[in-house]
Amino acid sequence: MRRYFGRKLLIYGLTFFMAVTVNWLVPRLMPGDPVASMLARARVAQPEAQEALRVYYNNLFGFDLPWWQQYLNSWGSLFRGDFGISLWAFPTPVADLLTRAVPYSLALLVPSILLSWVVGNRLGALAARRKVLDNTVLPVSYVLTATPYLWLAALMAWGFGVVWGIFPVAGGYSFSMTPSFTWDFFADLLWHWLLPFSSLFLVALGGWAIGMRNVIIYELESDYANYMSALGAPQKLIRRYAFRNAVLPQITGLALQLGVLVAGALVTEIVFSYPGLGSLILAAIQNKDFFLLQGAFLFIVLGVLIANFIIDVVYVIVDPRTRVGMAGAAA
Amino acid sequence: MRWEALYFAVRNTKLLVGAGIILVLLGIGVIGPFFIEKPPSEYVGMQMQPPGAEFWLGTNTFGQDLWAQFVHGLRTTFLVGALGGGIAAVIGMVVGFLAGYKGGWIDEILNMLTNIVLVLPTLAVLFILNAYIGVRSAGMQALFIGLTQWPWAARSIRAQTFSLRGRDFVDLARLSGVGSGRIIAREIAPNMSSYLLLTFILLFGGSILIASSLDFIGLGPTDAVSLGLMLQQAHQWSAMHLGLWWWFVPPGAGITLIVGALYVANVGLDEVFNPKLREL
Amino acid sequence: MTLEVDDLRVYYRTLKGDVQALDGVSFGLRDGEILGLAGESGCGKTTLGKALIRLDGRMKHVGGSVTLDGQVLPIGEDAKMNPYRFKQVSLIPQYSMSAMNPTRKIGRMVRELLESRREKLDLDELHKRLELVELPKDVLGKYPIELSGGMKQRMVMVISTLLNPSLLIADEITSALDVSTQKAVVTTLKGFRDRGFVKSMIFITHDISLTNQLADTIMVMYAGKLAEKAPASTVVNAPKHPYTQLLISSLPEVGVRYADKRLTGIPGNPPSLLKPEPGCRFRARCPLAFEKCAEDPPPVEVEKDHVVACWKAA
Ligand SMILES: Nc1ncnc2c1ncn2[C@@H]1O[C@H](COP(=O)(O)OP(=O)(O)OP(=O)(O)O)[C@@H](O)[C@H]1O
Ligand code: SF4
Ligand SMILES: [Mg+2]
Repeated sequence: MRRYFGRKLLIYGLTFFMAVTVNWLVPRLMPGDPVASMLARARVAQPEAQEALRVYYNNLFGFDLPWWQQYLNSWGSLFRGDFGISLWAFPTPVADLLTRAVPYSLALLVPSILLSWVVGNRLGALAARRKVLDNTVLPVSYVLTATPYLWLAALMAWGFGVVWGIFPVAGGYSFSMTPSFTWDFFADLLWHWLLPFSSLFLVALGGWAIGMRNVIIYELESDYANYMSALGAPQKLIRRYAFRNAVLPQITGLALQLGVLVAGALVTEIVFSYPGLGSLILAAIQNKDFFLLQGAFLFIVLGVLIANFIIDVVYVIVDPRTRVGMAGAAA
Repeated sequence: MRWEALYFAVRNTKLLVGAGIILVLLGIGVIGPFFIEKPPSEYVGMQMQPPGAEFWLGTNTFGQDLWAQFVHGLRTTFLVGALGGGIAAVIGMVVGFLAGYKGGWIDEILNMLTNIVLVLPTLAVLFILNAYIGVRSAGMQALFIGLTQWPWAARSIRAQTFSLRGRDFVDLARLSGVGSGRIIAREIAPNMSSYLLLTFILLFGGSILIASSLDFIGLGPTDAVSLGLMLQQAHQWSAMHLGLWWWFVPPGAGITLIVGALYVANVGLDEVFNPKLREL
Repeated sequence: MTLEVDDLRVYYRTLKGDVQALDGVSFGLRDGEILGLAGESGCGKTTLGKALIRLDGRMKHVGGSVTLDGQVLPIGEDAKMNPYRFKQVSLIPQYSMSAMNPTRKIGRMVRELLESRREKLDLDELHKRLELVELPKDVLGKYPIELSGGMKQRMVMVISTLLNPSLLIADEITSALDVSTQKAVVTTLKGFRDRGFVKSMIFITHDISLTNQLADTIMVMYAGKLAEKAPASTVVNAPKHPYTQLLISSLPEVGVRYADKRLTGIPGNPPSLLKPEPGCRFRARCPLAFEKCAEDPPPVEVEKDHVVACWKAA
């Protein structure tokens, strides 16, 4: 188990290290004076801020220092939580913009991932059980996984929001509201959350259902299932075992799918103008605010790594084989 | 073996339906543009026309012909999917074969690399690369997608290679002094060719989906129309609020249809190659 | 008689037609008798073993009957067969290494298995039997992965016989073991029979010499049919069927297993079981074959307890 976590943490550490390094390197690879060219390309909100930004960023990049000192400095500011100042939303620090957006993104991501995983697994297990269900659940699941997140989001926004007008189609809460700890505001939040959540949930659902169906069919043909059948154990018990064991590869699958799910959430936010990281990234790209973009990148990488680690811990809790100190968990 | 596979292939509904849909859409994408004289960005008619006899998919707020865009978009989408999936498959094969066949420290290093790229959130990496490097042709987009999509393929190819490595015929080749490259090309790869094909198909579909996301956040090719870019423009110019459903429904349906057909064909092919999955 | 198998036919359904893997086999098994089942790979040993406890999805019961302790077993009907499994007929699978659910502690798995069959777990009895096979009690608190291969196999042997079945089927359970472990397994099985944990047993193996150590009776099959059945010493010392004779003479010294794929001693291959030609199935390889062999040789009891299906032996 020590070894298992040691290896995982090493990979995550290396990944983060690489992400930060790339983040540091990429602007320096741009031809000419990166600060000048970035400022020139960006659409800075206040022209008079140009000069202030130039001084600030020249300082931050510290081009007069040797490269390794520049590099160490970038780690230093990272640990201080300093991601620079946004060009597009001058003079707000990038870190502030990001921390304001993250709760919205998490509010979409966490419930939709967990719920789609749980429901999808149940659905897949049911499909493996009955031919009729298999013939309906499976095709629907394939259509869902083949659907681009953004398109289902657009269809739902259009149908429920524009055509029937029962749900809002933009924002995290109504313009007329000011954020506060009241029931009204909370209800309004929920109201705006429901559609983007549902579309994320639905697209993710299909993949889990297909995965579970395939794994459980494989489990039901495994040796222990055959042995139990030969000893006359009822299907109910065998299915319980099979489901339990099939959940394990699905947990690994969850880790593998995180990147896709995050990407799905980002574009879904854009469709609904939901005030999370996705909308921020869109703004950063449209306004060529590279600092914001880089900050968002690091935030997402860090988030995904943390989520991966949580999944690893859960895996160890669920799979006894990892605990008795043998192999068993996927790489 | 090959004839047997063909025998089952022409009897597998999933494969036939999937391949049929793909061929029809591919045909439209390849041949279609030759029948459309004007470039897809040209303002050809009345604005915001619903689908009709003249403009099959209607026009957008600028009076561009959406059918023309759709046809050209299909072509780009197929291109990016095939290219991106192909690049990812090639990298995955090189890494997987090397790691699985050579073992030892080569395997350790490649495995580490695979795991690192695997946990990196693809889209985030792509938007950093794309935004900075800024070259945004369809080919470039495909290259970037290929560079980030290979890890899971590499992983499973590695595992398969690993198990093939111990087989008699590989030992025999090795003992008779055949080089690693030739053994991989002559003995190992042919033995998992069906599996490699299935992997490529999944990567193909995955690349199309990623490309559509990239297009949508404004990092699509600047020199072409794609189905994803149509969706991006529809969103940018509020097609939804203007009620121009014909602007965003067809391109999304096109993507879903292509990717879905690829997945279904994949399941069908799997049944063809794998006798255990065949139903009696 | 514990077991009475009469003209049993079990085929595999395939796209090319039925594989007649078990084509009219009859034999009986007395209380306390251990039957060794031998024959070339593909002759239908596993098929016979499965037919007696659980047909897999591709097998179909075409004809014949199986009677155990006076009751006719509904072998063709999976659900109806359930009450007999484990309690009347049980099995030690070839795949002992992976026969237990990897994510359940063994003790809990056994309890759940018994509860699902509405049987109470007699913990004392279980502990006694564990001791008998030299397993410590605390294996019950472990996961299968924590046991060695040999321990897993002994654990499975204990589980399979826990409800004292009338018939135990052991299919190739020694193939993967080294010689000394094989001997231990054989001794254990004998002990199970002597203590009455199982009434009778069918022991399937490639290894005739091993069978000889354990079995009272040996039955040799060829291409889905019975070739010869006789007391173990008779089969080894005075076989009557040409196939058995070749089999025995091609045996290397005691304890060495013969090649598990094809017998080098007997040239040629067994016939396809897809649409076997009428007549003796050994004809193409039989050194004694003559015209009469174009007809099916019926099994004949040439002397007491010695059945041979060959025109020359009758
Ligand atoms: N699932 C199946 N589908 C079709 N034919 C099968 C199937 N399983 C077994 N057979 C055929 O049935 C015949 C008997 O097989 P069986 O497994 O009973 O042989 P066996 O005597 O146990 O051989 P071995 O010693 O190799 O275990 C063989 O000819 C085999 O080809
Ligand atoms: S019946 Fe004929 S062919 Fe068959 S074993 Fe006897 S002699 Fe040989
Ligand atoms: Mg067998």
